[in-house]
Amino acid sequence: MPDISVNILIGGEAGQGLVTVGDFLAKALVRAGYEIVVTQDYMSRIRGGHNTYAVRVSPDPVFAPREGVDILVALDAASYPLHRDQLSERAVVLVDEALGEAAAGPRTLLVPFKALCPKPIFENMAALGVLCSLLCLDAAWIEKIIHDTFAKKGEEMVAANRKVFADAMAWTAEQQVSFTCIAPAVNTGKRIMLNGNEAIALGAMAAGVNFCSFYPMTPGTSVALTLAAKGQKMGVVVEQAEDEIAAVNMAIGASFTGATALVPTSGGGFALMVEGISLSGMIETPVVVVVAMRPGPATGLPTRTEQADLNLVLYAGHGEFPRAIFAPGTVEQCFHLTHAAVHIAEKYQSPVFVLTDQFLADSYRGVVPFDLAALPAVARPGTAHDGPGVYERYAVTDSGVSPRLIPGFGDSLVVADSDEHTADGHITEDLGVRVTMQDKRSRKMAGLLADAVPPELHGDPSSDVLLACWGTTRGAALEAAALLRESGTSCAVLHFSQVYPLVPGQFLPLLEKAPRAVMVEGNSTGQLARLIRQETGFVFAHHILRYDGLPLTARYILDRLGSKRP
Amino acid sequence: MVTVADYGDFETAWCPGCGNFSIRKAVIKALVSLGLSPHEVLFVSGIGQAAKAPHYLRANVFNGLHGRSLPPAQGAKLANPGLTVIAESGDGCSYGEGGNHFLAALRRNVDLTLLAHDNQIYGLTKGQASPTTMEGQVTKAQPMGAPSMPFNPMAVAVAMRAGFVARGFSGDIEHLSGLIERAVRHKGFSLVDILQPCVSFNKVNTFAWYKERVYRLGDDHDPRDFGAAMEKAMEFGERIPIGVIYENDRPPFGGRLPEAARGPLALHRPDMAVLDGILAAYA
Repeated sequence: MPDISVNILIGGEAGQGLVTVGDFLAKALVRAGYEIVVTQDYMSRIRGGHNTYAVRVSPDPVFAPREGVDILVALDAASYPLHRDQLSERAVVLVDEALGEAAAGPRTLLVPFKALCPKPIFENMAALGVLCSLLCLDAAWIEKIIHDTFAKKGEEMVAANRKVFADAMAWTAEQQVSFTCIAPAVNTGKRIMLNGNEAIALGAMAAGVNFCSFYPMTPGTSVALTLAAKGQKMGVVVEQAEDEIAAVNMAIGASFTGATALVPTSGGGFALMVEGISLSGMIETPVVVVVAMRPGPATGLPTRTEQADLNLVLYAGHGEFPRAIFAPGTVEQCFHLTHAAVHIAEKYQSPVFVLTDQFLADSYRGVVPFDLAALPAVARPGTAHDGPGVYERYAVTDSGVSPRLIPGFGDSLVVADSDEHTADGHITEDLGVRVTMQDKRSRKMAGLLADAVPPELHGDPSSDVLLACWGTTRGAALEAAALLRESGTSCAVLHFSQVYPLVPGQFLPLLEKAPRAVMVEGNSTGQLARLIRQETGFVFAHHILRYDGLPLTARYILDRLGSKRP
Repeated sequence: MVTVADYGDFETAWCPGCGNFSIRKAVIKALVSLGLSPHEVLFVSGIGQAAKAPHYLRANVFNGLHGRSLPPAQGAKLANPGLTVIAESGDGCSYGEGGNHFLAALRRNVDLTLLAHDNQIYGLTKGQASPTTMEGQVTKAQPMGAPSMPFNPMAVAVAMRAGFVARGFSGDIEHLSGLIERAVRHKGFSLVDILQPCVSFNKVNTFAWYKERVYRLGDDHDPRDFGAAMEKAMEFGERIPIGVIYENDRPPFGGRLPEAARGPLALHRPDMAVLDGILAAYA
């Protein structure tokens, strides 16, 4: 199966508008029925530096970014030299002719941006015109987006943008560029374009999340921004807290009085929340925390991607208490697993985590709109105490889950304490009660295990190679497996979208049977592999690890498939 | 009708003679006077001897982490604006570990009351200097004398133009309960800093020490006069004023939140038709 995807890379300085070009193009492609994977690579600065926005587009499903660049849009002089080595054989480079020959190479199209644009602010439209022409994309898709975007600024603005766009298309058509048009789209169904964080925010709202407190930290922030921008109509209260410690405690307080609360952050911010996570575990008040991973330790690479916070989230909090950790691998899973995370948190009255990363957080995809009517029900706390006697917030039960009431509804009093407490919530130093309560909390683990999402197996379980992965590495693993199969090696993928708790029976036989089981992770120590070893005794003999700040790709995996543990 | 008995009678873990007993009496007296039933009130506390206070009355209680009474208190109030929310904790918890939360609460102005039991010492950890310990006071942890200038919660709150800033004294229950009542009635963040002796670990700021210095602010003090309020907020030494130091009508947080006006978040259910519309906008 030949790769018919086209990889477009827009490079330039922060502030040059490359995201505008990328977003317009991506949206037009999705509307036209194409499959996309967007990868955004940016530096931790507001202006200058070098950023890229890559759109991999194909009529067929694509799951991951890819290295080779087929069209390079060089918005600054640095882009061509920086990305020269990534250019594919058929690559075309678009460079502003004002940047001169120094910024250009063979197969470069010098675009007369100055002549095409009455004002520099229209350069984005000119770039889109050239791209649209090269790809042979129906101009109507871009024109519609120009209209939708600029209509509120007046018809004149729409017309000015459209003119630049049309002129640039016409100019390109006259040039002698041999670039094969993108193959016609086959998908005709209705789709929407979302990135991972947007899907998480929408999944949260679908699950009834109506309270979000946060402290801004890349790449987690956009979950809160989406809730702030879209959540008002849904009745979502969003508050920017003074710090992460406040954010998580505020959410737990809101949850205690009946809100459905979510807190988005990243590793460094989550490190500050750890005390609050322990509180959630102790007072059995649910909270969902989205941890969008980026490279550490400490401030690390603030805008790049990594999967190295699994251990942090797994062990966050002092003492022992049950938890669940989800790790979506696609935009659809971001939506559905966040929905599930809210349900599990409410059902087991525990902290629950959604682990994503910068790559998926910023990665746009075209997805079929979610069927909201088909979503399963979400557990809710009670608001009416109808039992006899005094209400006991921590009544001892077989499941470990106590009937949960929220204060202010009816005469029942709700008492929660971070100290060890009696069944009615009051502080105690009775060591027998301590053991009873610790056992009660621990019993919830059985329920969490019963509800655990099993890993997905893609491919024949008797394959020679089994690529195990979790979270956002799913796409790269699936593509690598497909490429291996094309070259005659049988390969399957085992993707964990829930990484804790693990149910060995769901995957251990597959791992033990595989002639070659390889763990693919975005960290330097193989954190999930170690967790699996700890939980099951199974040792992965082969690891493919990436921790240079970039997302995993099929090529990265295939290049290293021969190597053993580093 | 709500009575003192509704708030129950409990055995406590406090030292005999602790100021907390009087504060507890004043709190209950204020709640009864306000006609609030136990289930209408939520106490949120941190850690320390003062933070145990909510366990010693009948009400809804969220006894969380050290220094963290205000964030959950604000979250709780935003989630259910109908609840009367009272954060109650000590000086170390409120102004030390929770200092940033105190500053943010002053800015945010959520409608709740902070009762800070201020004994100028860490009691539960047995006598280290607290943020309000006087400079030079010798403790086991500060044998050369507390090296830092004491935090002035009154002046900071007035400087931030908090809506209601008061100081009380555990030795004057009648007066204190009146302050708490007014603080709870105030729409917005209200602070009552309550001077109290720590009989076990503060041998300087004793009951007699406070009794000698504390005086009730008279009608001649206008709490709406910022300059006068600041002057009274700075007065701490030979004479210490108790009463409402500063007051204004700054609108509480939440006025800008139309979604919060819909009532308790507990009763909200997501409107899938609305969400469908939001999803459609991503097409």
